[in-house]
Amino acid sequence: MGNVINVGMADLKVCVSPDSVTTLGLGSCVGIALRDPVTKIGGLAHVMLPDSQAIKNNANIYKFADTGIEELVRQMVLKGASASRLVAKIAGGAQMFAFQNKTDMVRIGEKNVIATKHKLAELGIRILAEDTGENYGRTVVFYPETGDFLIKSVGKGEKTI
Amino acid sequence: MKELNPEKMSQEYYDVLKELGNIGAGNATTALAQMLQCRIDMTVPQVRLLTLQEMSAVMGGEEQIMVGIYLAVEGDVTGSMMFLTKKDTAKHLVNKLMQMDTGADFSDMDISALKEIGNIITGAYLNALSMITNLSIYPSVPDLTIDMAGAILSVPAIEFGTIGDQILLIQTQFSDEVALDGFFILIPDVESYQKILNSLGIQ
Repeated sequence: MGNVINVGMADLKVCVSPDSVTTLGLGSCVGIALRDPVTKIGGLAHVMLPDSQAIKNNANIYKFADTGIEELVRQMVLKGASASRLVAKIAGGAQMFAFQNKTDMVRIGEKNVIATKHKLAELGIRILAEDTGENYGRTVVFYPETGDFLIKSVGKGEKTI
Repeated sequence: MKELNPEKMSQEYYDVLKELGNIGAGNATTALAQMLQCRIDMTVPQVRLLTLQEMSAVMGGEEQIMVGIYLAVEGDVTGSMMFLTKKDTAKHLVNKLMQMDTGADFSDMDISALKEIGNIITGAYLNALSMITNLSIYPSVPDLTIDMAGAILSVPAIEFGTIGDQILLIQTQFSDEVALDGFFILIPDVESYQKILNSLGIQ
């Protein structure tokens, strides 16, 4: 068994099998797991907001779906992954609270998912599986060896996508 | 509109927020004591600016199961507010209110009692803020969720995330026979920060 590397909020990490990457308690944020099946290099980004261009204070590139995914790909390629072989699995983007007035902020989870898919499509990275939306938090673990993406939720058990 | 970055706020502003936090939490504690018909003590709230990682750590880690109550705020001050407490604390409060122990999990009745507790705590808090600042503050009906701390905190984290990388957290400890930790997170919209400051005579 390898090490489990923890990814915080607005953070990303790259690892090589047999190590794995995890992020705890994804809410409206999105976890993007990328994998190169040949080199078994994997990476996980935990992004909070959809678009770095929409916000002035955007120095933290790990925080946004657009810049975070770009940076994850860059770091994986530096480790020896091939950008053209990368495939993705995504989770998160929940709406944790229901409000009557659906302001932009409230639908942030959904927006994060849309922005994530948009960026992955732009980079030509295929999404193999996703577990997004709904109204509950998720802890995820990604294993670059198999590409398994384990998802744990409170009261909903575990599943692998 | 003046640029406002919570990471660059003055000491004076912190002191004001601390005092608001103190009075708000004091009011909330009194309301809670009246509701539960018992004596509840409160420690002086700690007001801290924390990174997202630090904040989860304060609450016992990202996977700590918490009860989160979240509501929108309208009126002169707009934004949102959250009250968080650990699952055991919430259970303790509900048992006390219902005057019975309904086991480790929450029934529908418990959830509705908890919503009422949340309503009263946040309402008392905002009332204090409204009285001090002389601004109108209307809370919406709160919504409640029971989930991992990280997931619940992603909501205020994202809102603060649009202006900075840190969150202002007000932690209060109440105690009756046991110590109960409660966390308030006030998330005024950027324009509302300035209104609160102006109303208190701070430029």
